Amino acid sequence: MSEVSLVVNGRKVSGAVEDRTLLVHFLRENLGLTGTHVGCDTSQCGACVVHVDGKAMKSCTMLAVQASGSTITTIEGLANGADLHPVQAAFKEHHGLQCGFCTPGMIMTATDMIRRHPEGLDEIAVRAELEGNICRCTGYHNIVKAILAASKTMSKASKSKAKKAA
Amino acid sequence: MYSVNYHRATSVADAAKKIKAGDAKFLSGGMTLIPAMKTRLAAPSDLVDLSHIADLKGIKVSGKNVTIGAATTHFDVANDEKLKKVCPALSHLAGHIGDPAVRHRGTIGGSVANNDPAADYPSALLALGATIVTNKRQIAADKFFKGLFETTLKDDEIVTAVTFTAPAKSGYAKFPNPASRYAMTGVFVTKGKDGVRAAVTGAGDDGVFRSKEIEAALTKKFEPAALDGVSVPSKNLMGDIHATPEYRANLVVVMAKRAVAAANA
Repeated sequence: MSEVSLVVNGRKVSGAVEDRTLLVHFLRENLGLTGTHVGCDTSQCGACVVHVDGKAMKSCTMLAVQASGSTITTIEGLANGADLHPVQAAFKEHHGLQCGFCTPGMIMTATDMIRRHPEGLDEIAVRAELEGNICRCTGYHNIVKAILAASKTMSKASKSKAKKAA
Repeated sequence: MYSVNYHRATSVADAAKKIKAGDAKFLSGGMTLIPAMKTRLAAPSDLVDLSHIADLKGIKVSGKNVTIGAATTHFDVANDEKLKKVCPALSHLAGHIGDPAVRHRGTIGGSVANNDPAADYPSALLALGATIVTNKRQIAADKFFKGLFETTLKDDEIVTAVTFTAPAKSGYAKFPNPASRYAMTGVFVTKGKDGVRAAVTGAGDDGVFRSKEIEAALTKKFEPAALDGVSVPSKNLMGDIHATPEYRANLVVVMAKRAVAAANA
Protein backbone atom coordinates (compact mmCIF):
# COMPACT_ATOMS: atom_id res chain seq x y z
CA MET A 1 0.00 0.00 0.00
CA SER A 2 1.12 3.54 -0.70
CA GLU A 3 -0.24 6.96 0.05
CA VAL A 4 -1.17 8.83 -3.12
CA SER A 5 -1.57 12.62 -3.10
CA LEU A 6 -2.81 14.47 -6.14
CA VAL A 7 -4.46 17.69 -7.14
CA VAL A 8 -7.47 16.64 -9.19
CA ASN A 9 -9.54 19.33 -10.90
CA GLY A 10 -8.12 21.90 -8.51
CA ARG A 11 -8.87 19.91 -5.37
CA LYS A 12 -6.21 18.28 -3.15
CA VAL A 13 -6.97 14.60 -2.71
CA SER A 14 -5.16 11.69 -1.15
CA GLY A 15 -5.76 8.09 -0.33
CA ALA A 16 -4.05 4.83 0.51
CA VAL A 17 -4.05 2.44 -2.44
CA GLU A 18 -2.49 -0.84 -3.42
CA ASP A 19 0.60 -0.10 -5.52
CA ARG A 20 -0.92 -1.94 -8.49
CA THR A 21 -3.95 0.40 -8.60
CA LEU A 22 -4.19 2.10 -11.98
CA LEU A 23 -4.72 5.85 -12.05
CA VAL A 24 -8.04 5.39 -13.87
CA HIS A 25 -9.35 3.15 -11.09
CA PHE A 26 -8.20 5.60 -8.42
CA LEU A 27 -10.10 8.37 -10.22
CA ARG A 28 -13.23 6.33 -10.75
CA GLU A 29 -13.45 4.24 -7.60
CA ASN A 30 -11.73 6.29 -4.92
CA LEU A 31 -12.76 9.74 -6.13
CA GLY A 32 -16.02 8.82 -7.87
CA LEU A 33 -14.95 10.64 -11.04
CA THR A 34 -16.57 8.20 -13.44
CA GLY A 35 -16.37 10.50 -16.45
CA THR A 36 -13.00 8.95 -17.27
CA HIS A 37 -13.77 5.64 -18.94
CA VAL A 38 -12.05 2.29 -19.35
CA GLY A 39 -12.60 1.16 -22.91
CA CYS A 40 -10.07 -1.33 -24.18
CA ASP A 41 -7.81 -1.66 -21.13
CA THR A 42 -4.91 -2.23 -23.57
CA SER A 43 -3.75 1.39 -24.05
CA GLN A 44 -5.26 1.69 -27.51
CA CYS A 45 -8.69 3.31 -27.31
CA GLY A 46 -8.03 6.53 -25.40
CA ALA A 47 -11.33 6.58 -23.45
CA CYS A 48 -9.24 7.00 -20.28
CA VAL A 49 -7.24 10.05 -21.39
CA VAL A 50 -6.74 12.67 -18.68
CA HIS A 51 -4.23 15.51 -18.34
CA VAL A 52 -1.32 14.81 -16.02
CA ASP A 53 0.63 17.99 -15.31
CA GLY A 54 -1.02 19.50 -18.38
CA LYS A 55 -0.30 16.68 -20.83
CA ALA A 56 -2.72 14.10 -22.24
CA MET A 57 -1.96 10.64 -20.92
CA LYS A 58 -3.72 7.29 -20.75
CA SER A 59 -4.78 6.80 -17.15
CA CYS A 60 -5.24 3.05 -17.72
CA THR A 61 -1.52 2.71 -18.44
CA MET A 62 -0.22 4.44 -15.38
CA LEU A 63 -0.21 3.47 -11.72
CA ALA A 64 -1.83 5.89 -9.30
CA VAL A 65 1.43 5.90 -7.28
CA GLN A 66 3.39 6.91 -10.39
CA ALA A 67 1.17 9.99 -10.65
CA SER A 68 1.45 10.91 -6.98
CA GLY A 69 2.43 14.57 -6.64
CA SER A 70 0.93 15.46 -10.02
CA THR A 71 -1.86 17.81 -11.00
CA ILE A 72 -4.64 16.06 -12.89
CA THR A 73 -7.51 17.36 -14.95
CA THR A 74 -10.35 15.03 -15.88
CA ILE A 75 -13.41 15.67 -18.03
CA GLU A 76 -15.24 16.78 -14.86
CA GLY A 77 -12.74 19.62 -14.43
CA LEU A 78 -13.06 21.26 -17.84
CA ALA A 79 -16.29 23.22 -17.62
CA ASN A 80 -16.40 26.51 -15.77
CA GLY A 81 -19.46 25.98 -13.57
CA ALA A 82 -22.47 25.81 -15.89
CA ASP A 83 -20.44 27.09 -18.87
CA LEU A 84 -19.14 24.29 -21.05
CA HIS A 85 -15.50 24.37 -22.12
CA PRO A 86 -15.26 25.48 -25.80
CA VAL A 87 -14.32 21.92 -26.84
CA GLN A 88 -17.34 20.49 -24.98
CA ALA A 89 -19.57 23.15 -26.56
CA ALA A 90 -18.20 22.33 -30.02
CA PHE A 91 -18.83 18.59 -29.55
CA LYS A 92 -22.42 19.45 -28.61
CA GLU A 93 -22.88 21.93 -31.47
CA HIS A 94 -21.40 19.63 -34.14
CA HIS A 95 -22.79 16.42 -32.65
CA GLY A 96 -19.31 14.93 -32.25
CA LEU A 97 -20.64 11.81 -30.58
CA GLN A 98 -23.21 9.08 -30.78
CA CYS A 99 -23.10 6.69 -27.83
CA GLY A 100 -20.77 9.02 -25.93
CA PHE A 101 -18.49 6.40 -24.42
CA CYS A 102 -15.31 7.67 -26.11
CA THR A 103 -16.28 11.33 -25.70
CA PRO A 104 -14.47 12.16 -22.44
CA GLY A 105 -11.21 10.82 -23.85
CA MET A 106 -11.81 12.54 -27.20
CA ILE A 107 -12.40 15.87 -25.49
CA MET A 108 -9.34 15.57 -23.23
CA THR A 109 -7.21 14.64 -26.27
CA ALA A 110 -8.72 17.49 -28.27
CA THR A 111 -8.02 20.14 -25.62
CA ASP A 112 -4.41 18.93 -25.36
CA MET A 113 -4.06 18.96 -29.16
CA ILE A 114 -5.45 22.50 -29.44
CA ARG A 115 -3.11 23.70 -26.68
CA ARG A 116 -0.11 22.30 -28.58
CA HIS A 117 -1.20 23.87 -31.87
CA PRO A 118 -1.93 27.53 -31.14
CA GLU A 119 -1.19 28.25 -34.81
CA GLY A 120 -4.37 26.32 -35.70
CA LEU A 121 -5.19 22.85 -37.01
CA ASP A 122 -6.33 21.32 -40.27
CA GLU A 123 -8.21 18.11 -40.89
CA ILE A 124 -5.09 16.05 -41.61
CA ALA A 125 -3.43 17.18 -38.39
CA VAL A 126 -6.55 16.49 -36.31
CA ARG A 127 -6.94 12.99 -37.73
CA ALA A 128 -3.25 12.23 -37.12
CA GLU A 129 -3.51 13.55 -33.56
CA LEU A 130 -6.53 11.29 -32.94
CA GLU A 131 -4.36 8.22 -33.57
CA GLY A 132 -4.78 7.08 -29.96
CA ASN A 133 -8.54 7.59 -29.61
CA ILE A 134 -11.00 5.10 -31.02
CA CYS A 135 -14.66 5.81 -31.73
CA ARG A 136 -16.79 2.90 -32.85
CA CYS A 137 -19.90 4.95 -33.73
CA THR A 138 -19.29 8.17 -35.57
CA GLY A 139 -16.71 7.47 -38.25
CA TYR A 140 -14.91 10.50 -36.74
CA HIS A 141 -16.34 13.08 -39.18
CA ASN A 142 -18.21 15.16 -36.62
CA ILE A 143 -15.47 14.71 -34.04
CA VAL A 144 -12.98 16.25 -36.46
CA LYS A 145 -15.45 19.04 -37.31
CA ALA A 146 -15.99 19.79 -33.62
CA ILE A 147 -12.25 19.93 -32.88
CA LEU A 148 -11.59 22.24 -35.85
CA ALA A 149 -14.41 24.53 -34.73
CA ALA A 150 -13.19 24.56 -31.12
CA SER A 151 -9.64 25.31 -32.26
CA LYS A 152 -10.91 28.37 -34.16
CA THR A 153 -13.06 29.58 -31.25
CA MET A 154 -10.19 29.19 -28.81
CA SER A 155 -7.60 30.95 -30.97
CA LYS A 156 -10.04 33.86 -31.47
CA ALA A 157 -10.64 34.02 -27.72
CA SER A 158 -6.92 34.02 -26.93
CA LYS A 159 -6.27 36.71 -29.56
CA SER A 160 -8.96 39.00 -28.16
CA LYS A 161 -7.61 38.37 -24.68
CA ALA A 162 -4.13 39.35 -25.90
CA LYS A 163 -5.60 42.49 -27.44
CA LYS A 164 -7.32 43.43 -24.21
CA ALA A 165 -4.09 42.86 -22.29
CA ALA A 166 -2.25 45.12 -24.74
CA MET B 1 -2.23 -7.20 -12.53
CA TYR B 2 -0.51 -9.12 -9.75
CA SER B 3 0.45 -7.32 -6.60
CA VAL B 4 3.63 -5.23 -6.85
CA ASN B 5 5.70 -2.95 -4.62
CA TYR B 6 6.44 0.48 -6.05
CA HIS B 7 9.61 2.44 -5.27
CA ARG B 8 10.31 5.90 -6.58
CA ALA B 9 14.02 6.45 -7.21
CA THR B 10 15.42 9.89 -6.47
CA SER B 11 18.74 9.36 -8.26
CA VAL B 12 20.50 6.77 -10.42
CA ALA B 13 22.47 5.60 -7.38
CA ASP B 14 19.24 5.28 -5.40
CA ALA B 15 17.66 3.25 -8.24
CA ALA B 16 20.70 0.96 -8.37
CA LYS B 17 20.23 0.28 -4.65
CA LYS B 18 16.45 -0.24 -4.85
CA ILE B 19 16.62 -2.69 -7.76
CA LYS B 20 18.14 -5.28 -5.44
CA ALA B 21 14.72 -5.93 -3.82
CA GLY B 22 13.17 -9.27 -4.88
CA ASP B 23 12.44 -9.74 -8.57
CA ALA B 24 12.48 -6.02 -9.30
CA LYS B 25 12.23 -4.25 -12.63
CA PHE B 26 12.98 -0.70 -13.68
CA LEU B 27 9.96 1.36 -14.73
CA SER B 28 10.32 4.37 -17.00
CA GLY B 29 7.34 5.60 -19.04
CA GLY B 30 5.72 2.21 -18.57
CA MET B 31 4.13 2.19 -22.01
CA THR B 32 5.17 -1.44 -22.51
CA LEU B 33 5.77 -2.69 -18.98
CA ILE B 34 2.41 -1.63 -17.49
CA PRO B 35 0.37 -3.27 -20.31
CA ALA B 36 2.55 -6.40 -19.97
CA MET B 37 1.84 -6.46 -16.24
CA LYS B 38 -1.89 -5.95 -16.78
CA THR B 39 -2.00 -9.01 -19.00
CA ARG B 40 0.29 -10.83 -16.53
CA LEU B 41 2.95 -11.37 -19.19
CA ALA B 42 5.25 -9.64 -16.72
CA ALA B 43 4.94 -10.00 -12.96
CA PRO B 44 7.83 -8.27 -11.19
CA SER B 45 7.66 -8.22 -7.39
CA ASP B 46 8.94 -4.65 -7.28
CA LEU B 47 9.08 -1.64 -9.59
CA VAL B 48 11.78 1.01 -9.37
CA ASP B 49 10.46 4.17 -11.03
CA LEU B 50 13.18 6.07 -12.92
CA SER B 51 10.90 8.72 -14.40
CA HIS B 52 11.29 11.24 -11.57
CA ILE B 53 15.10 11.42 -11.79
CA ALA B 54 15.80 14.89 -13.20
CA ASP B 55 19.36 13.99 -14.29
CA LEU B 56 17.98 11.46 -16.77
CA LYS B 57 15.91 14.03 -18.67
CA GLY B 58 16.83 16.41 -21.45
CA ILE B 59 18.59 16.77 -24.78
CA LYS B 60 22.01 18.34 -25.29
CA VAL B 61 23.24 19.27 -28.74
CA SER B 62 26.76 20.59 -29.13
CA GLY B 63 27.78 20.97 -32.75
CA LYS B 64 26.97 17.56 -34.21
CA ASN B 65 27.20 15.75 -30.88
CA VAL B 66 23.89 14.76 -29.38
CA THR B 67 23.16 13.40 -25.90
CA ILE B 68 19.62 12.38 -25.01
CA GLY B 69 18.84 11.54 -21.39
CA ALA B 70 17.24 8.12 -20.96
CA ALA B 71 14.05 9.46 -19.35
CA THR B 72 13.43 11.95 -22.16
CA THR B 73 9.98 11.37 -23.62
CA HIS B 74 9.26 10.70 -27.29
CA PHE B 75 7.32 13.98 -27.29
CA ASP B 76 10.41 15.91 -26.17
CA VAL B 77 12.66 14.16 -28.71
CA ALA B 78 10.12 14.96 -31.45
CA ASN B 79 9.91 18.65 -30.54
CA ASP B 80 13.44 19.66 -29.57
CA GLU B 81 14.39 22.49 -31.94
CA LYS B 82 18.17 21.92 -31.75
CA LEU B 83 17.82 18.20 -32.42
CA LYS B 84 15.45 18.90 -35.33
CA LYS B 85 18.23 20.96 -36.94
CA VAL B 86 21.03 18.38 -36.65
CA CYS B 87 19.08 15.13 -36.97
CA PRO B 88 15.51 15.71 -38.19
CA ALA B 89 15.09 11.99 -38.96
CA LEU B 90 15.25 11.12 -35.27
CA SER B 91 12.69 13.83 -34.39
CA HIS B 92 10.46 12.52 -37.17
CA LEU B 93 10.78 8.96 -35.86
CA ALA B 94 9.95 10.02 -32.28
CA GLY B 95 6.93 11.97 -33.50
CA HIS B 96 5.49 8.85 -35.08
CA ILE B 97 5.76 6.42 -32.16
CA GLY B 98 2.37 5.28 -30.87
CA ASP B 99 0.02 8.22 -30.33
CA PRO B 100 0.27 11.63 -28.60
CA ALA B 101 -0.61 10.25 -25.14
CA VAL B 102 1.98 7.49 -25.48
CA ARG B 103 4.60 9.99 -26.65
CA HIS B 104 3.95 12.11 -23.55
CA ARG B 105 5.03 9.24 -21.30
CA GLY B 106 7.17 6.76 -23.25
CA THR B 107 10.93 7.32 -23.03
CA ILE B 108 13.91 6.62 -25.26
CA GLY B 109 15.75 4.75 -22.49
CA GLY B 110 12.77 2.52 -21.82
CA SER B 111 12.31 1.73 -25.50
CA VAL B 112 15.98 0.92 -25.98
CA ALA B 113 16.24 -1.23 -22.84
CA ASN B 114 13.08 -3.13 -23.80
CA ASN B 115 14.28 -3.71 -27.40
CA ASP B 116 10.90 -4.67 -28.81
CA PRO B 117 11.58 -6.18 -32.26
CA ALA B 118 9.04 -3.76 -33.77
CA ALA B 119 10.07 -0.63 -31.83
CA ASP B 120 11.36 2.35 -33.80
CA TYR B 121 14.32 3.58 -31.75
CA PRO B 122 16.58 0.49 -32.01
CA SER B 123 16.85 0.96 -35.80
CA ALA B 124 17.78 4.62 -35.34
CA LEU B 125 20.47 3.93 -32.76
CA LEU B 126 21.96 1.12 -34.82
CA ALA B 127 22.01 3.20 -38.02
CA LEU B 128 23.38 6.25 -36.20
CA GLY B 129 26.15 4.13 -34.65
CA ALA B 130 24.99 5.50 -31.31
CA THR B 131 26.43 4.71 -27.91
CA ILE B 132 24.19 3.58 -25.07
CA VAL B 133 25.43 5.00 -21.78
CA THR B 134 24.61 3.14 -18.57
CA ASN B 135 25.47 3.65 -14.90
CA LYS B 136 28.33 1.17 -15.43
CA ARG B 137 29.73 1.57 -18.94
CA GLN B 138 29.25 2.75 -22.52
CA ILE B 139 28.00 0.23 -25.07
CA ALA B 140 28.09 0.63 -28.85
CA ALA B 141 24.66 0.06 -30.44
CA ASP B 142 26.30 -2.63 -32.62
CA LYS B 143 26.94 -4.66 -29.48
CA PHE B 144 23.89 -3.61 -27.45
CA PHE B 145 20.91 -5.16 -29.27
CA LYS B 146 20.98 -8.93 -28.86
CA GLY B 147 17.69 -10.37 -30.06
CA LEU B 148 13.97 -10.25 -29.30
CA PHE B 149 13.58 -8.10 -26.18
CA GLU B 150 17.23 -8.86 -25.39
CA THR B 151 20.13 -6.52 -24.84
CA THR B 152 23.55 -6.76 -23.22
CA LEU B 153 22.20 -4.91 -20.17
CA LYS B 154 22.65 -6.62 -16.82
CA ASP B 155 19.55 -6.88 -14.60
CA ASP B 156 20.72 -4.10 -12.32
CA GLU B 157 22.14 -1.88 -15.06
CA ILE B 158 20.43 1.42 -15.86
CA VAL B 159 20.48 3.16 -19.24
CA THR B 160 21.23 6.79 -18.44
CA ALA B 161 21.59 8.31 -21.92
CA VAL B 162 22.20 7.71 -25.59
CA THR B 163 24.80 9.66 -27.50
CA PHE B 164 25.68 9.96 -31.17
CA THR B 165 27.29 12.21 -33.73
CA ALA B 166 24.67 13.43 -36.17
CA PRO B 167 25.49 12.21 -39.68
CA ALA B 168 25.37 14.46 -42.74
CA LYS B 169 22.19 12.73 -43.87
CA SER B 170 19.62 10.50 -42.23
CA GLY B 171 16.09 9.34 -42.93
CA TYR B 172 13.50 6.99 -41.49
CA ALA B 173 10.44 5.37 -43.04
CA LYS B 174 8.15 2.75 -41.58
CA PHE B 175 5.21 0.71 -42.71
CA PRO B 176 3.01 0.71 -39.62
CA ASN B 177 0.84 -2.25 -38.86
CA PRO B 178 -2.68 -0.97 -39.62
CA ALA B 179 -3.98 -2.08 -36.20
CA SER B 180 -1.15 -1.71 -33.70
CA ARG B 181 0.82 0.95 -35.61
CA TYR B 182 4.04 -0.80 -34.61
CA ALA B 183 6.54 -1.00 -37.46
CA MET B 184 5.85 -3.99 -39.68
CA THR B 185 9.08 -2.86 -41.28
CA GLY B 186 10.97 0.32 -40.57
CA VAL B 187 14.29 1.36 -42.08
CA PHE B 188 16.64 4.04 -40.78
CA VAL B 189 19.41 5.08 -43.17
CA THR B 190 22.39 7.33 -42.48
CA LYS B 191 25.24 8.70 -44.54
CA GLY B 192 28.09 10.01 -42.46
CA LYS B 193 31.87 10.10 -42.43
CA ASP B 194 31.99 6.35 -41.75
CA GLY B 195 29.86 5.59 -44.78
CA VAL B 196 26.30 4.38 -45.18
CA ARG B 197 24.40 2.44 -42.54
CA ALA B 198 20.90 1.01 -42.87
CA ALA B 199 19.13 -0.62 -39.94
CA VAL B 200 15.85 -2.49 -40.13
CA THR B 201 13.26 -2.91 -37.38
CA GLY B 202 10.00 -4.86 -37.31
CA ALA B 203 11.17 -7.41 -39.87
CA GLY B 204 14.00 -9.45 -38.38
CA ASP B 205 13.34 -12.82 -36.76
CA ASP B 206 15.95 -11.87 -34.21
CA GLY B 207 15.16 -8.18 -33.81
CA VAL B 208 16.83 -5.12 -35.31
CA PHE B 209 19.62 -5.71 -37.87
CA ARG B 210 21.73 -3.94 -40.48
CA SER B 211 21.02 -4.82 -44.10
CA LYS B 212 24.20 -5.54 -46.08
CA GLU B 213 22.32 -5.42 -49.38
CA ILE B 214 20.81 -1.99 -48.76
CA GLU B 215 24.09 -0.58 -47.44
CA ALA B 216 26.07 -1.90 -50.44
CA ALA B 217 23.64 -0.40 -52.95
CA LEU B 218 23.44 2.96 -51.16
CA THR B 219 27.22 3.16 -50.79
CA LYS B 220 27.46 3.25 -54.59
CA LYS B 221 24.87 5.99 -54.79
CA PHE B 222 22.79 7.46 -51.97
CA GLU B 223 19.62 7.72 -54.05
CA PRO B 224 16.31 5.79 -54.05
CA ALA B 225 17.04 4.64 -57.64
CA ALA B 226 20.17 2.85 -56.40
CA LEU B 227 17.83 0.34 -54.74
CA ASP B 228 15.98 -0.56 -57.96
CA GLY B 229 16.29 -4.28 -58.45
CA VAL B 230 17.98 -4.83 -55.09
CA SER B 231 16.56 -7.76 -53.19
CA VAL B 232 16.92 -8.61 -49.54
CA PRO B 233 16.86 -12.30 -48.54
CA SER B 234 13.68 -13.33 -46.72
CA LYS B 235 15.58 -15.92 -44.71
CA ASN B 236 15.68 -14.84 -41.03
CA LEU B 237 12.78 -12.42 -41.51
CA MET B 238 9.59 -12.60 -39.45
CA GLY B 239 6.47 -14.28 -40.76
CA ASP B 240 3.13 -13.88 -38.98
CA ILE B 241 -0.56 -13.27 -39.69
CA HIS B 242 0.27 -9.76 -40.84
CA ALA B 243 2.96 -10.48 -43.42
CA THR B 244 5.11 -13.28 -44.78
CA PRO B 245 8.93 -13.09 -44.68
CA GLU B 246 8.90 -12.46 -48.46
CA TYR B 247 6.48 -9.54 -48.05
CA ARG B 248 8.68 -8.05 -45.34
CA ALA B 249 11.79 -8.53 -47.52
CA ASN B 250 10.11 -6.42 -50.18
CA LEU B 251 9.04 -3.85 -47.58
CA VAL B 252 12.67 -3.46 -46.46
CA VAL B 253 13.61 -2.23 -49.96
CA VAL B 254 10.53 -0.01 -50.29
CA MET B 255 11.00 1.58 -46.85
CA ALA B 256 14.72 2.03 -47.53
CA LYS B 257 13.87 3.94 -50.72
CA ARG B 258 11.48 6.20 -48.82
CA ALA B 259 14.02 6.70 -46.05
CA VAL B 260 16.71 7.75 -48.55
CA ALA B 261 14.28 10.10 -50.27
CA ALA B 262 13.53 11.66 -46.86
CA ALA B 263 17.26 11.89 -46.06
CA ASN B 264 17.95 13.71 -49.34
CA ALA B 265 14.94 16.03 -49.07
